[in-house]
Amino acid sequence: MELAEKKRVLRDMLFARRFEERCYQDYVQRKIGGFLHLYPGQEACAQGVMEAARPGFDYVITGYRDHVHAIRCGTDPKIIMAELYGKETGCCKGRGGSMHIFDVSHRFMGGYALVGGPFPLAAGMAKAIQLKGGAEIVICFLGDAANNQGSFHETMNMCSLWKLPVLFICENNLYGIGTSIYRSTAVIDQYKRLNGNNVESDVCDGQDFDIVYEHAKKAVEYVRGRKGPYFLELKTYRFRGHSMSDSNAYRDKTEEETWKKRDPLNILYERLIQEKILTADEYAAMDQEIMSFIDHEVVAFANESPEPVPEDLEKYVLA
Amino acid sequence: MAELTYWQAIQRAHDEEMERDPMVITMGIDVGVLGGTYKATTGLYNKYGPLRVIDTPISENSYTGLGIGASFLGIKPIIEIMSVNFAWLAMDQIMNSAAKVRYMSGGQLTAPVVIRTPGGAAHQLGAQHSARMERVFMGTPGLRVVTPSSPKQAYGLLKSAVRSPDPVFINEHELMYNIKGDVPDEEYLHPLEGSEISRSGTDVTLFGYNISVLWCLNAADILARQHGINAEVIDLYALSPIDRTGIRKSVSKTHRAVIVEEDEGPVGVGSEIISIINEECFYELDAAPIRVHAKHVPIPYSHILEKAAIPNPEDVVQTVLKLLGKS
Repeated sequence: MELAEKKRVLRDMLFARRFEERCYQDYVQRKIGGFLHLYPGQEACAQGVMEAARPGFDYVITGYRDHVHAIRCGTDPKIIMAELYGKETGCCKGRGGSMHIFDVSHRFMGGYALVGGPFPLAAGMAKAIQLKGGAEIVICFLGDAANNQGSFHETMNMCSLWKLPVLFICENNLYGIGTSIYRSTAVIDQYKRLNGNNVESDVCDGQDFDIVYEHAKKAVEYVRGRKGPYFLELKTYRFRGHSMSDSNAYRDKTEEETWKKRDPLNILYERLIQEKILTADEYAAMDQEIMSFIDHEVVAFANESPEPVPEDLEKYVLA
Repeated sequence: MAELTYWQAIQRAHDEEMERDPMVITMGIDVGVLGGTYKATTGLYNKYGPLRVIDTPISENSYTGLGIGASFLGIKPIIEIMSVNFAWLAMDQIMNSAAKVRYMSGGQLTAPVVIRTPGGAAHQLGAQHSARMERVFMGTPGLRVVTPSSPKQAYGLLKSAVRSPDPVFINEHELMYNIKGDVPDEEYLHPLEGSEISRSGTDVTLFGYNISVLWCLNAADILARQHGINAEVIDLYALSPIDRTGIRKSVSKTHRAVIVEEDEGPVGVGSEIISIINEECFYELDAAPIRVHAKHVPIPYSHILEKAAIPNPEDVVQTVLKLLGKS
């Protein structure tokens, strides 16, 4: 990757962080309803993988922690924020909400709220690509806890059997809602669970963009080369609770502090400073610009957009 | 017009649709090499090959989900689930993905899958192979639910379902795969909405769907021959969306209604239809509508007990006589 590109990458990751923090504030002020699952701490995962893939060309599907994945596919953050505000201008016209962001025009095929639900859907899209021909791959981002669902094992078996072009990204953030992986799961290293289904797998640090990117490139190449499915585990951590309704009391504060020292933004920032690609002033200006854009463009758009009308309630049930 | 069995009619619909559109695929347990548990996919594997006729592992939830995912990108999967009792395993994907994706994506994405599966008691198959569950599916927004009572409907409904942009759930019946009936030689698409007057009558309306249409017709014959009662039989082949107009028209004509279903009574198809009658044409009624339905028990193995659990034409006759004050 070009050094200048890395500055853009850091900017993207900072944007993701600020976008999610703004969601937090607007949720507290009740402008955003429902359940809200935020991404801070895991930014290098979606960023690293999507830099290695082809956003807008490859199909992406994920769970409910989905805002940033959509942005990485090319979705306009304005229509995501409008969706969170429940507005008619939202990407799903206010019918979806935070957990159900969709943007088919950028091949972001949805956020789904049933843990493990996207596994077979990803496999099905890959089956469609296999039948129709094409260079696309499917990328399925899910958390470690999804691997305890039957759909994980059922889907891996079929993907392996039929050599389906799916890249499974496991963002292992060590918690399934409020339960530690050490209390819920017999095998902590998720990539080891793929041996049983004969699926190629690998693992790496999910906090360091460069490391994620290198591993993802190899994985994407494998799947695009039609060698079969691939499972990449990224060791990561979410800085907030599972969702906004989460007291976060189940986590050890020392553990949290340790992980916060491995903030993916800081890791990349320090590196760019060291390599003299970036200055602290530049970074501060970048941050200022992002905050202002979120304020004046993104949130303003959501705020000023019209609400859906009750007369349209039954629209979109059937075609 | 050719006489076909129910399974032959379904097989023909598969074959014609797969021939017409290379995006149509068939998938499920034993649909390929074996030709389908009830023969409904016979010959397709040899004709279209393993890429389009897919023998799946016994993983109902995920192979159903796989079909749904494929449908997102323009594939039209016909998914067979061997028994509706096994569809419970696939409920997450049917209910949470297929039925809801169009709505929650604001119309961006649809899941135009066809899910075919037989339900109902056959011969002593026991509790986990004999249940029906159309009452669950028909209550789910975002799904179309149809249930054929004849080979002609089985053929025409499947063809229309394949061409529908919505997910369609087709409820078949294990005891009906070998029944025979006329199917047009030319291509025929049966509407996915509406109802049919299977027998015109004036004294009472018998509402049925799938196998209970046959019971209603049988009962109507007995009523005409032995009791001089002229019953109308309405075939509700579409359970969702259901034909409220057809229900109103018939009840407004006969002023009496009996709803016959193989499923259990509580929260059932009959309860729903009685509510529709109340809402649409309560003042047309000369008597309170009555349901004939299965007993509220898991279907037992014993032949005697199984028979006691499931309604039959004689139950329909007795119910009508009671309704008309003739018993």
